[in-house]
Amino acid sequence: MRVELEKISKSFGPVQANRAISLAFEPGLIYGLLGENGAGKSTLMKILSGYQPADSGRILLDGAPQRFRSPLDALAAGVGMLYQDPLDLPPFTVLENYLLGRRGGLAIPRRRAAGELRELGARYGFEVHPHERIEDLSLGERQQLELLRLLSGGARLLILDEPTTGISAAQKELLFNSLRSLARDEGKTLILVSHKLDEVQELCNRAYVLRKGELAGEAELPCPNKRLVGLMFGQLPSRPARPRPEAGPPRLELRGAAVRSPRLRTQPTDLQVGAGEVLGLAGLEGSGQELLLRACAGLLPLAAGELYLSGVPQRRLDYLTARQLGVHYLAAGRLEEGLVSGMTLSEHMALVNPNGLFVDRAASKAQAAERIRQYQVVARPRSRVEELSGGNQQRFLFGLLPPDAQLILAEHPTRGLDLRSSDWIWGQLDERRKQGAAIVFLSAELDEILERSDRIAVFFAGRLSRVLPAGETSVDELGHLIGGGA
Amino acid sequence: MDANWIAIAASVLLQSSPLIIAVCGETLSERAGVVNLSLDGSLLLSALAGFVAAYFSSSLLLGFLAAAGVGALMALIVAFGSLALRQSQVAVGFVLTLLGDSLSAFLGQNFTRLPGPWVQRLPIPLLKDIPVLGPIFFNQDLVVYFSLVLVAVTTWWIFHTRPGLELRSAGERPEAAFARGVAVRRLRYWYAVLGGALVGIAGAAYSLDVKIGWAEGHTRGLGWIALAIVIFGGWSPLRGALGVLLFVATRSVISVVLQRSLGESSVVILNALPWLLMLGVLVVVGGRFSEQVLSRLPAALQRPFRGLLRAAPPAALGAELKEG
Ligand SMILES: Nc1ncnc2c1ncn2[C@@H]1O[C@H](COP(=O)(O)OP(=O)(O)OP(=O)(O)O)[C@@H](O)[C@H]1O
Ligand SMILES: [Mg+2]
Repeated sequence: MRVELEKISKSFGPVQANRAISLAFEPGLIYGLLGENGAGKSTLMKILSGYQPADSGRILLDGAPQRFRSPLDALAAGVGMLYQDPLDLPPFTVLENYLLGRRGGLAIPRRRAAGELRELGARYGFEVHPHERIEDLSLGERQQLELLRLLSGGARLLILDEPTTGISAAQKELLFNSLRSLARDEGKTLILVSHKLDEVQELCNRAYVLRKGELAGEAELPCPNKRLVGLMFGQLPSRPARPRPEAGPPRLELRGAAVRSPRLRTQPTDLQVGAGEVLGLAGLEGSGQELLLRACAGLLPLAAGELYLSGVPQRRLDYLTARQLGVHYLAAGRLEEGLVSGMTLSEHMALVNPNGLFVDRAASKAQAAERIRQYQVVARPRSRVEELSGGNQQRFLFGLLPPDAQLILAEHPTRGLDLRSSDWIWGQLDERRKQGAAIVFLSAELDEILERSDRIAVFFAGRLSRVLPAGETSVDELGHLIGGGA
Repeated sequence: MDANWIAIAASVLLQSSPLIIAVCGETLSERAGVVNLSLDGSLLLSALAGFVAAYFSSSLLLGFLAAAGVGALMALIVAFGSLALRQSQVAVGFVLTLLGDSLSAFLGQNFTRLPGPWVQRLPIPLLKDIPVLGPIFFNQDLVVYFSLVLVAVTTWWIFHTRPGLELRSAGERPEAAFARGVAVRRLRYWYAVLGGALVGIAGAAYSLDVKIGWAEGHTRGLGWIALAIVIFGGWSPLRGALGVLLFVATRSVISVVLQRSLGESSVVILNALPWLLMLGVLVVVGGRFSEQVLSRLPAALQRPFRGLLRAAPPAALGAELKEG
């Protein structure tokens, strides 16, 4: 199916997210859609998939103009989209989630549908358990299910909005293999929205680059990364080499610490992080590193062992105490844990500065404006957080970090961020580090871990299996280790 | 079983039926994401409407229809206020409660303590002769039979049918439901109005059956009880109905048995007992304790039990609907 976008424009109030964008997609090819945070990629793709209407412009499928009133309309015409957050129903079972929106009789043919779903999974190489609940699955598994749903719904154009943020390298490999065979063997058109140039180079045949709501250019892939970066940002952001200083006195120490969750119990762990040091936690999602990080923030109780902050033992550390001791935690789920959906940026400022009983609106507005400038957030003090693009949410979340942090615990600090924003975030973290903060972060990007940490702690199946200096290992070795290799 | 206990059981079932109907209605509405807080006022107003319509027409059917209409109208106002005018469901519902209460007192002035028609008993041949169960379940009236069938039908509808899937999705994550082609707005209107009509029927079930006649404040308080039981029941009609039975049964047993021995004065305190019992059940069912018990069970049994106990409200309950 040949897909054309003709002069698509869309604004949200004063923000022009898309400005007369025209693109064409040929069958059987994989396209990359690139652009910095807030460039308008998600907006354009949501228009193409019927989630929201364009202000003006046309969508043509095989030359015929279309009017999509809902994503279901679009899917019926062969356009399916995997959203940045999978649009599924967490309390439903896999089967119910699959059946919602499919036509059929009144009663639910559970047995038959379960068989159908398993078969479909087998065909695309995914393992499916129809009676599990969506909320018990990992992000990668939820994406696979959405993909299956779209394919079974007859999608011939598949749009994937940052599908690899938050999934493991192994799941990514699985996903990419299926995507390749979809394009090659079934002649489907695929659009991959991503910030990861290497991924786009590896998977895609052609790339379109958006900048500030306009089409900045296109490129046949593979091509030099430099060219894509140039199209995205106008100029190459330079990245100063980072000195690796000596670690200062210990900020965080774990002795035989173990944490328990319904799904996993970690082995007793010993770990030390000094002032000015950056420790990266590597491991497949759910290997126990998240649990330990949360325990250090006082969000989970230790099931065993001891925790020291700046040398002081902490019994029954809770989140508020931890905050007072200068421990700051940046959650991965921005809208779930970090930011309050429905509240404006000013109101967030008022939340983190609770001075007395009354909200000083003028002051918090001024602070929000200050943060917006300082952290280069594309928004206004009275924007609600859910209106911000993913990258801008992350930047703003960062702006909420108080200046006196001693220990910063970050889950996926640059998830969903473009190159320039990630560099910027790490620049900020580096500042904090120079002022004596210790930083512990976890990331699914081995590159990021290698490049940004001083030492790396590798987790496998709930156990801290190795601690290595970042200078003495490689992506290959790390990949091997997090997969359980010795 | 003692004939006395059988009589008590049958009367508990009768007393429970209007609350069961109201709980089913409100559960449907809340599952779709609309919390109809006007229940207490709705019950009063529809009880009055049902009584007045039946009184003048001498037709019970007309009475129930009028009551259903009043209940549906109240729910429609809540739904319209939130879906079209973007007002808070809680605020609109609350105001309607107060309005329904005062309006029923005002309009009902001339109808207090009048003799009116009532629903006749309708024993079911053969079934009524089954020992114990017969006299409890099958020697009742149409309202009771309706409430029992309603529990079965709504439970089946919500959890085992395709429209039920759509209903739940609208209350859980309307954006996702919209993306799958569910007409969330229309669906919320329909279920809110249907739920309201059931609440209306429950109102008439009081004035025409369980608490025959009309007086000021005739059903006052019962709407709040129904709202609480919807939560207690974890938004499942079956569990909600069990909650109603538990509530009414403890109250009856207390008043029938204990009052005899303890005298009138203790009634007030004893009236609080059903609530304490419910709180106790909630704590035991939802708390850490049940999690501990569960974790001892074999893995294969844990999932179904957890599913039974898990009772989270629909995630988008009462939330504003955003334009897609
Ligand atoms: N529903 C909305 N209401 C208001 N503004 C919006 C809305 N959706 C998007 N925007 C704005 O439109 C612009 C483009 O956003 P979009 O989400 O398309 O960016 P993006 O390229 O996907 O960025 P990212 O890489 O961070 O996901 C942003 O400035 C964003 O704040
Ligand atoms: Mg985006």
